[in-house]
Amino acid sequence: MTSELVDFTLVSVALLGIGIYGLAVKRNFIRMLFAVEIIINAANLNLVAFGRFLPHSGGQTLALFSIAIAAAEVAVGLSLIIVAYRMYQNIDIADFRSLKG
Amino acid sequence: MADAAFLALTVITIGSAIAALELRSLIYGSIALMGTLGGIAGFFFLLDSPFVALFQLAVYVGSIAVLILFTVMLVKRELIFKKIEDKRRKFAGIGLMLVVMVTLGAVFLDSGIKTITTDEPPVDFRDIGTDFVTYYWPALILMGLILAGSVTGALVLAKREDVENDQRTS
Repeated sequence: MTSELVDFTLVSVALLGIGIYGLAVKRNFIRMLFAVEIIINAANLNLVAFGRFLPHSGGQTLALFSIAIAAAEVAVGLSLIIVAYRMYQNIDIADFRSLKG
Repeated sequence: MADAAFLALTVITIGSAIAALELRSLIYGSIALMGTLGGIAGFFFLLDSPFVALFQLAVYVGSIAVLILFTVMLVKRELIFKKIEDKRRKFAGIGLMLVVMVTLGAVFLDSGIKTITTDEPPVDFRDIGTDFVTYYWPALILMGLILAGSVTGALVLAKREDVENDQRTS
């Protein structure tokens, strides 16, 4: 393997930046979910990369847990989008004012 | 050889992440998101973790991306193509993104991470399986319960149709 640990961390930093940009700028509920997915994947990449270079199985195990929990989060997020869309006929989060506590 | 593969994967992953957020159509955006998730799976292969890579392909590209695609298709056609964003907020967001990238990138480049290399053999996937059933078994059971609960909750939420008329804004 010729790529170094720092290469993988820089890719994950780039993905984290793109995800933060998506969360800060977009008001579309579905696109914000995309941004969350990108951030979670950046974290998983870091976990597996560190697990490979500091040889330990913990990195991969935690990444597997993280992927499974992200799957649960996406399922709930998408069903919330469907419910909110049914109520407001829109996917703009600025319209979801009555969801405030 | 790995370097060329690494660069190609980097371009695919970062390019499709930007495309997922910036393409006008949400459907093409979801397909671009599949590219990002597939690219991350490719990185896992490069990191000698084929088990996690296949798990990523099965869970993310195989199910979550398809779920997202179907949810997008449930939304009205004009909403799929409508881009909702503020110009000033966009510039602020780009600034925030660059600050995060430059700051964290500088921290990583300045740290001792650059000197870390490894000649160790990759972790055997049998070790991961052993970890799961010995050390992490309570977490594994909890994860199963969380998955079952969240999928049931998602089904119940999506099935409800008793929304009152006064709750609708339009």
